[in-house]
This record gives sequence, C-alpha cells and structure tokens, in this order.
Amino acid sequence: MRRHQHLSIAGGRAVLAVAALALLAAPTFLDAGGLTVLTEFLCLLVLALMWNLLAGYADIVTVGQHAFVGVGAYAFYGAVVLLGVDPYLAFGAAALTAFVIALPAMLIVFRLRAAYLAVGTWVVAEVLMLIAGKLPGFGFGSGVSLPVRVAREFGARPDARFATIYWLAFALAAAAFASTWLLLRSRIGLGLMAMRDNEEAAGAMGVHLVRARIVCFLWTAPFLGLAGAIITLQKLRISPPASFSIIDWTVFVIFNVVIGGIGSLEGPILGTVLFFLLREYLAQLGTWHLIILGTLSIAVILIEPRGLWGLLRRALGGDLIPVSHRARPGFGAGRKPGA
Amino acid sequence: MLATYLNLVVQGVLLGGLYAIFALGLSLSVGVMRFVNIAHGDFIVLVSFLLLTVATALHINVLLALLLVIPLAFAGGYLLQRILLQRVVGENVLLPLLVTFGLSIIVQNGLLQGFGADTRTLSAGRLDTSSLQIGGLYVGVLPVATFVLAIVLVLGLEWLLYRSRIGAGIRAVADDVAAANLIGLSSARIYAIAMGIVGVTVAIAACFMGLRMNFDPTSGPSRLLVAFEVVVLGGLGSLRGTLLGGIVLGIAQTLGGQIDGAWQVLAGHLVFLAIFLLRPQGLLPRY
Repeated sequence: MRRHQHLSIAGGRAVLAVAALALLAAPTFLDAGGLTVLTEFLCLLVLALMWNLLAGYADIVTVGQHAFVGVGAYAFYGAVVLLGVDPYLAFGAAALTAFVIALPAMLIVFRLRAAYLAVGTWVVAEVLMLIAGKLPGFGFGSGVSLPVRVAREFGARPDARFATIYWLAFALAAAAFASTWLLLRSRIGLGLMAMRDNEEAAGAMGVHLVRARIVCFLWTAPFLGLAGAIITLQKLRISPPASFSIIDWTVFVIFNVVIGGIGSLEGPILGTVLFFLLREYLAQLGTWHLIILGTLSIAVILIEPRGLWGLLRRALGGDLIPVSHRARPGFGAGRKPGA
Repeated sequence: MLATYLNLVVQGVLLGGLYAIFALGLSLSVGVMRFVNIAHGDFIVLVSFLLLTVATALHINVLLALLLVIPLAFAGGYLLQRILLQRVVGENVLLPLLVTFGLSIIVQNGLLQGFGADTRTLSAGRLDTSSLQIGGLYVGVLPVATFVLAIVLVLGLEWLLYRSRIGAGIRAVADDVAAANLIGLSSARIYAIAMGIVGVTVAIAACFMGLRMNFDPTSGPSRLLVAFEVVVLGGLGSLRGTLLGGIVLGIAQTLGGQIDGAWQVLAGHLVFLAIFLLRPQGLLPRY
C-alpha cells in the first residue's frame, strides 16, 4: 500500500471518529428538533446495518424488514400499556417478541431461494401487518396513541425526553454497529464472505452456510424490534400502516444501502448520511423524492454494484472499518502456491 | 346455505382465472430469466393507466384499446430487457432484484405524479354488468370471459414454449445460457423476446384487472404478491399449475371476503402459507 493511501485511510478514520464523538456530544449542542432528526437517523442506520448484514453478507435479500420493526412497536405498546410493564423492560419485550416471531418466519423464508425469498418475506410482513390490524387492544386498523404517562417516564419535560430517547437510539446504534462488526469478524462472518466469493470452494472448506444464515437472520430481528420500539416512543403512536411502513422501514433502507454500498460496513453509514442530507432538499418534492432515489439506486447498480463506497474505496485504497482478516505473514508458508 | 357457498366457490374459481393471468408473466420471467420482477404488479397498473388514457383519448372501447396497446407492451418489455435488465442478468440474483425494486418505486411514484392518488376502474360498456344464468347460479359474463381467456393463454403459452421455434430457443437459453450461445442462439435477443411476451401478458392482465377491480398508483405491490403466491402455489415452471394456483387463491380470498375486506387478503395469504409449508414444491411441479 502506498503512503498517500495510508494517509487517506487514516484521514477517513479520523472523519468517522469525529462523527462518532459529535454524535456522543449531540445533546449538549442540539435543540429538540435537531435531536429528533438525529434519533431518526440512528434508527434508520440500525435498519440499514441489519438489511446490509442480511442482503450484503448472508444472501438473504429481504423486502419484509418492516415486519420486525412493526412487531417491535406493537410488542412495546402491548407490554407497556396493556400489561403495565416498566417502560425500560418493555424494550426487552420488543426485542424478544421480534426474535420469537423470527423463528417461525424462518420456516418460510429459508425454504425459498434468492428472488423468491425476497417476495416471501414481503408476504410474511403483509400477514403480520394485517394481523396487527385485527388485534383487540391495539386500536385495530387505525392504531392508537401512546398514553402521555408512558412518555413522561422518559422525562417530565419534552427536552429531557428527547434527550433520553436520543440516548436510547444512540446506544442501540452503537450496539448494532459493534456487534455486527464482531459477527462479521467471527468465524461466521468469515464463512459468509468466503461463501460470497466462491460458494463451492467455501463449502468444500467446511463452511456451514445454512447455520450462518440462520444466525444472521435471528441476529437482526431483536435489533429491528428495538428500533421499532424507539420509533414508537418518538412518534407516540402505533398503527398498522405506519408501524409496518414498507416505504419508511424497507424501501428507504434498501435505497440507502444500495446507494451507499452493499456488502461493506461503510456503505450503510454513507448511504444513510446521504439520505438525510438529500432529504433536507428533496422531501418537499414529494413523489419526486422517491423517483430520484429509485433512479439513483439503479444508476449506482449499473455503474458500481458496490455503491458509492465501492468507488470511494478504490480511491482510498482500503477499508475504514476492516471486516476481513489480513493473512498473517508466513501463513501458508511451505506450501506451493495453488497446491 | 349450500347454494351460497357453491356460489362463492364459483366466484372464487372465476377470480382465480384473473389471478392466473396476473401470474403468467411472472411465471415466464421466473422460468426463463430466473428472476422475480419486483415491478411486475406495478407494470400491470402502469398499463391499466395507459389503457385508460388511450381509451379516453381516442373514445374507443377498452378492449379495442388493448389491441392497440399489446404491440406497445411487447416493445416495452423487449426494450426494457435489452436496454436495462440484460445488463444485470447473470449469476448474481441480487442485482436484477434491486433494479426491478427501483423500477417498482419509480413507476408507483411516476403514476402518482401523473395521475394522482384517485382510484380508477376501466369500463368495457355493457360487458361490465351483463350476466348469465347457469343452473341456479348467476355469473357475470366478464368473469367467465376472463376465466376462459386464462385457459386460452395457458394453452397458448404452452404451445409457444413447447411447440414453436422461438419457444425452443427460450427453453434452451433458460436451461443453459452459455451452451445456447455456443450453438449460435443470441441469448440477449431471446431474453428480450421472452420479456416482450411477458409484456403482452401484462397488458392483458392490466385490461382485465381494470375491468374487474379498482386500481390506483399504489396497487402494484398487492398484485405482485398475488402473482407471486400463484406462481409458487402452482409450482415453478408449470403454467397449468399457475392456473390451479390462481383458482386456489381466488377461492381462499372469496371465502375470506365473507368475513370482511381485510380478511379477504389475509385469508389468501394464510392459505398460501399453509399450502406452501405443506407442499413447498407447489401443487403441480414441473420438475
């Protein structure tokens, strides 16, 4: 690696570190409006990291990710309002319910291959949304608001509440990022990347693809459920169309990851940042907002399937967040190349 | 009581004919190009709007407009494959999936931009409301005609795939692109022709969907899910299975619709999931 590449990678990492510090310090210098946007950003980042783990690494291209966000939202509401559970414990209920729903969902998802799987997950999400609209106690099709007393538990005054919700989102995003990175660095992640590069060779080397995919699928469910709970806490309302919104929790997420760069950890971050920057300018365009994002994502796929991060990475010459292992010097010594 | 249920089942079977027509194009693109077109439902809705526009602008019957639109739909499918989809067809199934996903969102929002969010319906004049009596049952002429058309289309596509020269080419490319190219078939051209044929089925589906049910710019995904369930229920690669899958889904939805509107859709999904878990290879698997 050349010297200027070392420098640019170090520079890139510095940018990431500064951004992380800024997020950490955000409640000290942002008002409620700014914190709300950042909370949304962190929740969407969690969704992007999870979709990328499935689609970019585990070969599970889901179009039904919003299912678990909605399940988390409904479980949180059910625990805190209907069962009267402590609000902080209710987050556990959201994560657990999403996990438990993911188990039978796997029966369907893993029987389908590739493109079928995508639509199959969508069917599962539709079913869960329709069932959510039939549940007594949850306001049926039109949904229900979270009582004020629940919101008060997270802060008596609105600005204290926004700060608490922000910290929850920050903690979730940090946990999602760190644990996904560790998962990708583990044997499972190594196997998935080997599988992505050459399925037959990886299989011959003993990579257990099905097990790795199951771990990834179950991995994402609680994170998605927790994101759903935090989103509910912020919007103070659940309803089938909003809590299970395919546009908000799946379509935007897929566009973000694809544009940012699928199959890397930098890509979802870059894509989600870009999405929030673009949103400031494009949101008032209404339907054009989605048309532009759709066109952009198709253009990115045609030009560089690894997204903007794929282009940037070539310029930088390496990863900012390495998920691959570098072969140790001397590894394989004594063997002939290709033997 | 029995007569009521018999009537419902008959309505369900007839609805199944329409669902089979939705699914034929998807079945073909899955069987040949090996990818699920996420925008399939949105293309159906797009052509419905096109039919509405053509019929209104020229003051002609929708069925006549369909005859005008069919060549356009073929050309649209052909060009879409040639210009865009051919670039991403290959080993990596992720790319065509993501491209058609992008197309789906573009079509939906383009239609919203152009036509607004109102629900629409197509009209073919007297055909909409005329009915005929069979035994003690009254059935609409339009649903019966749709069902007959579904059978004709299944048989026609089977003939095309298994008896015609272009069908042999399509099957060869579907089996092994490299080998087909080696013996001098132009796989890019054959893929494009196959997608053109898909376009024709989409146009027919668009016309009969618009005559039977309301549609709006965001109806596409629900049509895609129906088409997908029909294809999987029927068994991949089996066109007759597609017809059977459509009938099963049509009956499930009609019976579910007896409870309420939401149950109509939910019952269809639940029956699909139940049959899929018991028989993942589909009802009439070809392979």
